[in-house]
Amino acid sequence: MTDLLTTQPAVRLADVSKVYGHGPRGLLALDRVSLSVAPGEFVCLLGASGCGKSTLLSLVAGLDRPTGGQITAPGARIAMMFQEPALFPWLTVSANVEMAMRVKGVGRQERRARAAELLETVRLGGFGRKRPHELSGGMRQRVALARALAQDADVLLMDEPFGALDAMTRDLLHDELERIWRERGLAVLFVTHNVREAVRLGDRVVLLSSRPGRVVEEFPVELARPRRTDSAEVATLAARITDRLREEVARHGR
Amino acid sequence: MAAETAVRGSGADQLAGLDALELAGTGGPGLLSRVWGRVWPMLTAVGLVLVAWQLVVLSGRWPEYVLAGPITTFQELWARLGTAEFYQALATTMRRAVTGFALAVLIGLIVGAAVSRVRILRAAFGSLITGLQTMPSIAWFPFAILLFGLTESAIQFVVILGAAPSVANGLIAGVDYTPPLLLRAGKVLGLGRLQMYRHVILPASLPSFLAGLKQGWAFAWRSLMAGELMVIIAYQASLGEQLHIARELSDSPGLIGTMIVILVIGVVIDLLFESADTALRRRWGLRQPQ
Repeated sequence: MTDLLTTQPAVRLADVSKVYGHGPRGLLALDRVSLSVAPGEFVCLLGASGCGKSTLLSLVAGLDRPTGGQITAPGARIAMMFQEPALFPWLTVSANVEMAMRVKGVGRQERRARAAELLETVRLGGFGRKRPHELSGGMRQRVALARALAQDADVLLMDEPFGALDAMTRDLLHDELERIWRERGLAVLFVTHNVREAVRLGDRVVLLSSRPGRVVEEFPVELARPRRTDSAEVATLAARITDRLREEVARHGR
Repeated sequence: MAAETAVRGSGADQLAGLDALELAGTGGPGLLSRVWGRVWPMLTAVGLVLVAWQLVVLSGRWPEYVLAGPITTFQELWARLGTAEFYQALATTMRRAVTGFALAVLIGLIVGAAVSRVRILRAAFGSLITGLQTMPSIAWFPFAILLFGLTESAIQFVVILGAAPSVANGLIAGVDYTPPLLLRAGKVLGLGRLQMYRHVILPASLPSFLAGLKQGWAFAWRSLMAGELMVIIAYQASLGEQLHIARELSDSPGLIGTMIVILVIGVVIDLLFESADTALRRRWGLRQPQ
């Protein structure tokens, strides 16, 4: 752990705020959020509705600008996955994966080969010539993962990527994601509202409050990997975090 | 770790198993039965129309020289199909249709692209384009004839005015309805402004653009027929001119025969657009289950 403190973070947010709209009617979505993700670290952002988790990812991805504070990602290439696969329906699976390389001007042969390799990584070897609509939801999300990996990013942002999948597929994809994360040494910032999922995957779980989004508490997860979502250790920690989350949500009822 | 080994098969196997279960049950009827499935209702409909036509003729409401029956009409049509004159007329009409439509597509593309990109152009011309679409093309002819005289240009002018707004509108609607999520995905993948157009916005607007093309063609074809009836150019046989002459000569079989030719061309071209649309839908996974 001392190692993580001395090395430069892959992503650092310092007092980041985001206001939607202007003046007194503006909505404060994020309030001075500070957070850093070390290279190779898996951080889960957890929160109820309205905690600005998706806003936060959009800011890191550069899809939106913060109102205040600073986001630094020194030299990092950032890839992102959404809750929906967001594949281009007019392209084959392989061409979807190739897109980032195509716009960078990588030659066709090399692109094909790399895409086939990446599809193999997400266990979809041989599906390159299919169209997205021919695949199931879980398979499409894996294609989206391969497309993100094709960017050769150091940082992978994931916005509830498994939220729409059934429990069994989700469990299997957790295993796959964990394997890929380890093999590639990615820094992952993973947004979810599912506490067990956060504990299953994260090195650290960061709890955000709602309206405005603030960092409430951080929970290091020191359980041995690979973990199981239904194991007692995961359940115990998840229960602790859930209690804290409920406290936070109850504030809004009063 | 004990729990890990308790389950037989690795994660990869389980994943492959799930995939196989999800993808089961594809495949449909063969080509022949699909074609037959589409053709027989059409043939039946044509047959019914012919029977109804013959019944109206037999009712004696109109004399035979005003309303010819199907048999006389098809004999006349068959005879015409053997003359060089018919093919000259057909060639003239189709040449006008194709050049007029091609120009309309070009102009529609340029206008549509400009209006969909530039906000101020949209505010200025957006509703004007839709307004143009509702203007009956025949209302343009007096003006066109005034401008260009009884010439080919007058016809082309109206054909283009009829078709271009539909093409432009199709493109504008397509650009507007590009899913925002795909734009975000494109941005995250590192696409620049132009690349976004080339790789995301244009392909995403293709279905709507195709619908615009189809509608544009229908307008072009109607405008052309109106034009050929109103602007008769000497020594230039065309389908519209043949209609005109047949009416002057009270040549009922010739008149109805020419109308059938016009209808058939319309149907054939519509089928072309439809098959392009079906191919697109199949690729995108938008096809309705049948």
